This record gives sequence, structure tokens and C-alpha cells, in this order.
Amino acid sequence: MKEYFGAIWAVVWKDVRLEMRTKDFVVSVFVFSLLVIVMFNFAIEPTPEAVDLAAPGVLWVSFVFGGVLGLTRSFALERDGGNLRGLMLAPVPRDAIYFGKMLASFLFMMLVEALVFPVFAVIFNLRVVEPWLLPVALLATLGIAAVGSLFSSMAVNTRAREVMLPLLFLPVVAPVVIGAVEASAVVLGNGAAKDVIQWLPLLAAYDAILIVVCAFTFHLVVEE
Amino acid sequence: MTLENTAVLPAPVAEGPRGFVRDGLLIACAALMAVTLYLVFFWAPTDANLGVSQRVLYFHVPVAILGLFSIVVVGVASVAHLVTRRESWDSVAYSAAEIGALLTSLAIVTGAMWGKATWGVWWTWDPKLTLTLVLWFIYVGYLMLRAYGPRGSQGARYGAVVAMIGAIDAPLVYYAANLWRTTHPSLVVGPVAESGAIDPRMAVALVVALAAFTLLYVYTLIERYALRRSEASVDELYRRTA
Repeated sequence: MKEYFGAIWAVVWKDVRLEMRTKDFVVSVFVFSLLVIVMFNFAIEPTPEAVDLAAPGVLWVSFVFGGVLGLTRSFALERDGGNLRGLMLAPVPRDAIYFGKMLASFLFMMLVEALVFPVFAVIFNLRVVEPWLLPVALLATLGIAAVGSLFSSMAVNTRAREVMLPLLFLPVVAPVVIGAVEASAVVLGNGAAKDVIQWLPLLAAYDAILIVVCAFTFHLVVEE
Repeated sequence: MTLENTAVLPAPVAEGPRGFVRDGLLIACAALMAVTLYLVFFWAPTDANLGVSQRVLYFHVPVAILGLFSIVVVGVASVAHLVTRRESWDSVAYSAAEIGALLTSLAIVTGAMWGKATWGVWWTWDPKLTLTLVLWFIYVGYLMLRAYGPRGSQGARYGAVVAMIGAIDAPLVYYAANLWRTTHPSLVVGPVAESGAIDPRMAVALVVALAAFTLLYVYTLIERYALRRSEASVDELYRRTA
């Protein structure tokens, strides 16, 4: 068991160290997510009524699109350097590698979300600190990272890999997007805590089911 | 390519059920379709509230049900492929995905036409509509992955994984869309719910239509499967001679 977690940690640490040196994921996804938010400001007139209606959707669209960008890179890096083969040759279970890649993407996405949200709140004139958004963001991002990591490992082996990942990934994360947007709408609209909480079981159930399935099927994808 | 090589190549053979089974299915299906058409246009009464447009129901409902059901076929065949590693299961999954994409497309188009006639809008985010649309995207994603992805057994495994996740995802999509719509006021009421019970003749026509379309589904699946197997053997032939 100790070796298993050690293997997961090794993969996470590898990605974190790479990220600390290059800052590729966080910087590019952060700037991209900001751009999405700015584009939406051009698309909709940000009056108070429009903000109430559109802000949660804009927030999660920017996170999800940013996530797609980052997740495409996650496995593209491994493949381009011939690194994936090295990982596969390592004497550890394949699902440990999956969990490592997933947790690394999860950490980077959470970091980007923590950076984007204050800017988003400023642009849309909302409160900058929203504690109830944390459980929503944690659960939703976990689901996105779980599905995204598996599909990213597939998409890197296809032609048109940049298009393939969103095509496969976005329909499957539809429940997460619906849950996250609705829960965020309650939080940003000063709704009751119980209205937020009613969305959490959906997100948690999605995460639990998809993490198990993705971890279980990962070895089928990377097998040669 | 030399003549000696051709001697060892397997001759492409049609796979799947034998000829008379297929012919029988085709004849039964055509006959039942004719009965359905008669029931729909001459026998079933015209709906009091919705008028003639309601008759699209007999086409729309079977197509939609089979379109949604097809993801189960794709999912089960994919799991069978992953367990047995037999190419034939993958061919079943692929064929069912293609038919599923076609049927969900038809369901969405006929549904939009009927929706415009009865609700006054082409589209609404009702849970069933949301599920159908998301499934359509999953079918299309699956087919594109098969087209752009790796060939051979790796592509089949990729497809199987996506199909499995798609099949597991479908109930979650429905659940999420349901929760989403119940938090907002519902604008539309289904025609059946509005009038209470439906005329027994309508119910009979619907059941016959569903049976006819189910036969069509099975027949199309068998034909597509056989075609897919022939494609595979042609590919194999090409690979060996190239």
C-alpha cells in the first residue's frame, strides 16, 4: 500500500516539479481562462440582471475550456518526450500512474481557478471571497480532471488531438457542468446553503463513479 | 503480389446470421411497417388537441427509444470486447453506435418539428431532450475517435472505453438535467400528460410501430455488422498484400 501511494506521489511530484520550472500549465490556462471571461463581457452587456443570469455559466465555461487546454498538454508532454513509455515500464500498477496524472492536473486546475476567480469577481462586480464555492469547485474540478486525464491519454494518439479531447470530453462532463453552474449560481446569487448542498451529492456521485471507471480502464488505453 | 500469396489469403466471407434469417427479418419488417403505416394514417384517431401533427408520435417515440437503447448495446458489446478481446464484439459496438447516431439524429429532428407544432418552440431543455442531445454528441465523438484514432486493436479498445464511459454517463446526464429543470419553473407540459390517458387505438398503433422499428433496428444492426466484418477482411487482405 505504501509503495502504491509512493508511486502516485512520484508521478504527482514529477509533474509539479516540471510545472515549477516551466509554468506552462498554470500560466497558459490562466491567461486563456481570463480571455474567455473577457470575451463573454463583449458578448453580453454586463448589467446587474445579465450578470446574475450569465456569471456562473461564464465562470465554468472558462474553467472547463481552460481545463481542456491544460489536459491536452498533460499527456502530450508525456508522449512527445517518449516519457509515457518510461512510465509504462515502471514496475508500478497502471492505475497509480493514472491517479498521479489526474491529481497533478487537479492541483494545477485548482490553482488556476483560485487565480481566475478574484479577477472574475472584480470584472463582474461580485464578492471576491465566496467560501461556499470551495466544495463546489473541489468536486467539479475532480470530476473534470478524472475524465479529462483518461481522455487526454487517448486523444494524444489520434490525428487532430486538439479537437478530439473536447469532442469526447465535453459531452461526458455535462453533468458536472450543470451541477457546478447551478450550485455557483446559488452561491453568487446569495442563495441558501441548502440549495448549494443539494447539488453536492450529484457532483460527488459523478466523481466517485467516473474515478473508479477511469482508473479501471486506464491500462486498456495505454496498453500497446 | 504473386499468385502463391493469393492462395493462402482467406476468402472474404459474409459473417453474421445466415441468409434466410436476414431475408425473413427483412420481409417481417417490411410487412409490419406497412401495417404501421395503415394504423397510423387510417386507423388511429386524430388527436383532439394537437390535430394531425400528433401522428409524428408513432415515428418519433420508437426512433427515440431505440436511439437511447442503442447506447446500452454499444456499452454491453464494448465490455464484451474488452473481456473477450474478440473483434466481432467490437464490430457489434461500432455498428450499434452508427445506428444510434442516426436514430438520435432522427429523434431530434422529428422531435423539433413536433415541438414547434405543439409547444411553439423547436427546442427546450427538458431532461429527455438534454439526454438525447448529449448522447448524440457521445455517438459522434465515438465515431470520430474511431475515424481519427489508431487502427486495429488499439482503436477498438479506445472505442470500447469511450462507449463504456458514455453508457455510464447517460443516467448521470439524465439525473443532472432532471435536477436542473426541476429547480426552474417548467414551461411546457407534455401532450400526453395534458390529456390524461391516450386512446387505446393510439396505444396499439404505438406498440405496433415500436415493434416494426425494433425489427428494423435488429435488421440494420445485422446488415451493418456483416458489412463491417467484410470491411475488416478486406483490410486484412490489403494489409497482407501491401
